Amino acid sequence: MSLDTATVRRIAKLARIRVDEAEVATLQTELNAILGYVEQLGEVDVEGVTPLSGGAQMAMRLRQDIVTDGEIPEKILANAPDREGRFFAVPKVVE
Amino acid sequence: MSFLPDLTIAAALDGLAAKRFSAVELTAAHLDAIAKLDGQLNAFITQTPELALQMAQAADAARAAGTAGALAGIPLAIKDLFCTEGVRTTAASKILEPFIPPYESTVTAQLKAAGAVFLGKANLDEFAMGSSNMTSAYGAVTNPWQREGSGEKLVPGGSSGGSAAAVASRMAMGATGTDTGGSIRQPASFTGITGIKPTYGRCSRYGIVAFASSLDQAGPMARSVEDCAILLGAMSGFDARDSTSAERMVPDFRAAVRRGVKGLRIGVPAEYRMDGMSAETEALWAKGIAWLREQGAEIVDVSLPHTKYGLPVYYIVAPAEASSNLARYDGVRFGARVDGEDLIDMYEKTRAAGFGAEVKRRIMIGTYVLSAGYYDAYYLKAQKIRALILRDFDQAFAKVDALLTPTAPTAAFAMGEKMDDPVTMYLNDVFTVPASLAGVPAISVPAGLDGQGLPLGLQVIGRHFDEETVFAVGAALEQAAGFTALPAIRAKEAA
Repeated sequence: MSLDTATVRRIAKLARIRVDEAEVATLQTELNAILGYVEQLGEVDVEGVTPLSGGAQMAMRLRQDIVTDGEIPEKILANAPDREGRFFAVPKVVE
Repeated sequence: MSFLPDLTIAAALDGLAAKRFSAVELTAAHLDAIAKLDGQLNAFITQTPELALQMAQAADAARAAGTAGALAGIPLAIKDLFCTEGVRTTAASKILEPFIPPYESTVTAQLKAAGAVFLGKANLDEFAMGSSNMTSAYGAVTNPWQREGSGEKLVPGGSSGGSAAAVASRMAMGATGTDTGGSIRQPASFTGITGIKPTYGRCSRYGIVAFASSLDQAGPMARSVEDCAILLGAMSGFDARDSTSAERMVPDFRAAVRRGVKGLRIGVPAEYRMDGMSAETEALWAKGIAWLREQGAEIVDVSLPHTKYGLPVYYIVAPAEASSNLARYDGVRFGARVDGEDLIDMYEKTRAAGFGAEVKRRIMIGTYVLSAGYYDAYYLKAQKIRALILRDFDQAFAKVDALLTPTAPTAAFAMGEKMDDPVTMYLNDVFTVPASLAGVPAISVPAGLDGQGLPLGLQVIGRHFDEETVFAVGAALEQAAGFTALPAIRAKEAA
């Protein structure tokens, strides 16, 4: 399977990464090289195999659904690129 | 008095305990080495000399008061992927250039509690994505080793390339690394040092900038197997803040180093003998087998039939997880922002400017393999083959106690080599990726030099949570190899 330029643009859109026209062709070549390489997985018979999602040899641990942290707005906002009072600030989303 | 930066951590701890030198003297010697060498090597993104001296003073005070921790006064480099409270943490990405963590990662908090001294934040491939350290937004790291008769700059491997270069050149006694598909072991092999990726779940991932969460695992890098065991002891342990942290006791890793290999069964997997492996690597592997046999181990041929699918599985699973993990870099809560006309415009411009080419490629591959219509064909299929890779290891470990393989197909390569297409670079990790996918522990130990005088490592892979056997076998290789070669660029005693 080979990606066309329209698909490369669609992936970039989904990934929220702006790509200019010059980059599309390069990305198309590189992404197709990677997808071409992983194509060999098609030859493996995985009938009846349960997918493995992680390296942990354990079941997910549950914890009490209680607040364990908080009341640190200044720490949380300290790295904000833009803020207003105790809020993160972003460009206007609603007209 | 011996030249302090040449000491192992074990020897330095003895020297500190015997008051032959102070932690401040030890730290000053390393800061001096950094001042002299790092302009050439670029192993550090951020140096913290004042903080280091304060920590060293505190270690000396603790030692005087009889409250010294297990690593009191030992100067370390911290991979710039570990969040350090109040000290900038970049992940070698422009997108985190302004980021100063308001909290400390669990691993570095434990090292601090043990009294370690942090010299600074070590360079790496951007978001730990790479095998050469060429993708750092803060410049490439130079390998302290050079080919005989050549000053050509070589890569230190990656992604923990700054950690590896700092330890090999004696700017630091040890370092933290992280390993997702080989990022501790391959740079350790390229720089003639030792590095272990422990079992997945052994070290907490809390506060480590995430790349691929089902694979990411912290581990130590140092100049001996014993030093790695000392460091891992301080880094390990259960942490409720990491949902995949293992609720296990931390064994005495240092004691395991001296166990020996008598009576152990060591597997040699046939599938690791593959095209592209240098003749020297193959010869060294044969030597390693002979060394272990001479020390009383039984060598057993084993098969890991799905080995060759490890890399393609990895290059689906890791980008998929990365695309999800790196969605958080949106210019809203932390990190760099590029203003846009609206929210989407801001996201797209921020991420276009903030991420480098390799990171963008991996996010896009990950986005694609997780997208509607392709999830089953790529991601689900990869997860099933990952299960088969784990089964290969489980079946092998029913017969043997550990596996011996080379760490990487070749020695360090020159900057700019293997950059033609992404897949060529990915092949560096062909021997390290399977253990990452299975979550088993693996160490790289320097075992010899290639024909051009560059170090080559051997890898020992063990059962889940059996780092002790991995250390025992690693130490046996270390002892037999007697690796004493030194890199061209290193801290030296003033004449």
